[in-house]
Amino acid sequence: MNRSSRRRLSAAAMTVAALTAATTACSSGDGNTSAKAADSGTYTIWDPYPQFAKDSDWVKLLEGCGSEAGVKIKRTAFDTSDLTNKALLAAQQDNSPDVLILDNPVVSTLAEAGVLTTTDENKVDTSKVDPNLLAAGQSGGKTYGTPIGANTLALYYNKDVLKTAGVDIASITDWKSLTAALAKVKKAGKKGITFSAIGTEEGSFQFLPWFWGSGAKLTELDSAQGVSALSLWSDWMKKGYAPNSVINNTQTTSWQEFASGDYAFAENGTWQLANAEKAGFDYGVLPIPASDGGNAAAPTGGEFVTIPVQGDTGRYTTTQKLVSCLTSTENLNATDTTLSYVAPTSEVQDKQVAADAKLKPWVEAVKAAKGRTSDDLGTKYPKISEQMWKAVQSALSGSQSPKDALVAAQDAVK
Amino acid sequence: MMNRTTHPPDRRPVRDRNGAATAAPPPAATASRSRRPSSQQWAAWAFLAPVTLYLGLFYAYPLYRNLDLSLRNYTVRSFVQGDAPFTGLANYRTVLDDPTFGPALTHTVVFTAVCLFFQYAIGLALAVFFNQHFRLSATLRALFLVPWLLPLIVSASSWSWMLNSDSGIVNALLSTVGIDPVHWLTSPSWSLTSVIIANIWIGVPFNLVVLHSGLQSIPSSLYEAAALDGAGAWRRFWSITFPLLRPVSAITLLLGLVYTLKVFDIIWIMTKGGPADSSTTFATWSYRLGFGNLLPAFGPGAAVGNLLVVAALVFGLVYLRVQRKQALS
Repeated sequence: MNRSSRRRLSAAAMTVAALTAATTACSSGDGNTSAKAADSGTYTIWDPYPQFAKDSDWVKLLEGCGSEAGVKIKRTAFDTSDLTNKALLAAQQDNSPDVLILDNPVVSTLAEAGVLTTTDENKVDTSKVDPNLLAAGQSGGKTYGTPIGANTLALYYNKDVLKTAGVDIASITDWKSLTAALAKVKKAGKKGITFSAIGTEEGSFQFLPWFWGSGAKLTELDSAQGVSALSLWSDWMKKGYAPNSVINNTQTTSWQEFASGDYAFAENGTWQLANAEKAGFDYGVLPIPASDGGNAAAPTGGEFVTIPVQGDTGRYTTTQKLVSCLTSTENLNATDTTLSYVAPTSEVQDKQVAADAKLKPWVEAVKAAKGRTSDDLGTKYPKISEQMWKAVQSALSGSQSPKDALVAAQDAVK
Repeated sequence: MMNRTTHPPDRRPVRDRNGAATAAPPPAATASRSRRPSSQQWAAWAFLAPVTLYLGLFYAYPLYRNLDLSLRNYTVRSFVQGDAPFTGLANYRTVLDDPTFGPALTHTVVFTAVCLFFQYAIGLALAVFFNQHFRLSATLRALFLVPWLLPLIVSASSWSWMLNSDSGIVNALLSTVGIDPVHWLTSPSWSLTSVIIANIWIGVPFNLVVLHSGLQSIPSSLYEAAALDGAGAWRRFWSITFPLLRPVSAITLLLGLVYTLKVFDIIWIMTKGGPADSSTTFATWSYRLGFGNLLPAFGPGAAVGNLLVVAALVFGLVYLRVQRKQALS
């Protein structure tokens, strides 16, 4: 390339770059999700419910609580998986929202980061909350928030399929009787059970009821009980009781399989209740059985309302009013009904069951449920969970035996 | 959401706009030589400032941050408080010792090489085919561009539906000809093949377009002369088309290499790098370390990202060299 043409080229490039720089400079200001508005009478709330638009009951509730406390509310909704990193970045820049509503297993991570205030500091009342639900937000003897609602997993079943196969649902009390039922269903030409064993937190969430139901503990993945739980899943797949697609199923795709009407069972959550009504067949809900009978502890899902650390500590008083309003008995009932969640306090749970008897097995399941970060696992849980979902994937895809997979997982956690 | 890069979005560059502006060479330096800079020089600096600013804010600073991230021991706490201790190459050592490193490296190399070969071969075959100027050739060629125009989330989701073990259309077709279903996405021996197939499909249009325009510049008189000398179609391809297309081919392959090296979306949507790491490449591994877990490991995630940047940079330099050679010849 000769000199003059090169110069012309670089001049052109510069013009383009200058234009780009000018346009980005203009737009960068609006893209900034600055949590703190200049007006101190404005309080910011971040939540993981992007499905709720400006005119939804949820946003109206937030604004109502704001006007009750005499402040304006600026609400921003994020995708759940996005919220952890957004919250960390905001905290790094001392720009945290006043109220942060986030998925319960993340609470211990943000608490570890020093982003959240404890209930001792922010004076939020948690006395009415069920202790097994509150435990997910506790770490090192301190509580970092209060649950806004809870959900958990149970087995949905298709009554028509079970009838065709001649299975009596009352006979299913433990793993043995469940497997026997699956065998009958397969013989009748229908499909057995679908769940989600995807290589993300969702996969661990779905595996935990079986893992805990075997009596295994998260601190020892490769115990004989743990291996029995993983063997249960991999045997189901080998025998064709569960489809191969579970390895890549999210809870949504697993639900779609069940909604097709061919499956006898599906492991899924409270949040699918509304879809179950629309499925077009008669369904029932069964708590997940433990290995030797009784109900297995399922992990708790659902979000916590937390108050992030602020440079200006004077804001906490108003923030506390907002949180109390959001988690008051009356508002919890409304919120948890919209979210299709089970309330975190017995008082509201009773109200929910009175209004809709179908929620009864779910309330029971939530009462038996256990936080993933409970048992003081805290930030150790994410590491254990990653190895656990990997082991599940290795065993189900046949690349390792359940025992080898769990031994490798335990080694990796150290 | 799927388009996130390996470094966490950092808003500092925007804030530091004024600070970075002064980083542009001050005009005072020129003033000392010629007492008053001519208006032409002022104009030159004015032209230079935006591009320097732009490069600094959106290229140099994020790269520097990513490097810094990979050289410190970041926990969530030190990330927030900004006091992460400098640990040198410890993160790189962690990454190298990780049992995922070996498979991820192999998968990245296999994925890139196989995709590149087939994308180029199929793209070239189609380009030669469409160069015949038959009826509807323009329409058909336009149809081939569809994979390129579709958002990646759409094409990757379609592929994962088609390749579903139980209800996918591919297995349904296989069963009609009596072949047992293949666990495309859920078997460790097939998952990498599946994402490679999907990525080849997405990459063919790019190769087709570039190579087709390259073919247009080969004078048809050469073909006529060769035909008169009695050269067959095969002979004409290898003795005229292929050698004359070499400069275009080199650039297509090198650009394709840089693109393929960092493919993330397709793999993440189709298999999440699994099952059990069987389709994990550096790009998906880096994302998983930094964002795919409840407890982000920013340091090792950035380290993997930097290894990718270095690999892409090496091939970028090769590209520049080739380009210069071509410009000289």
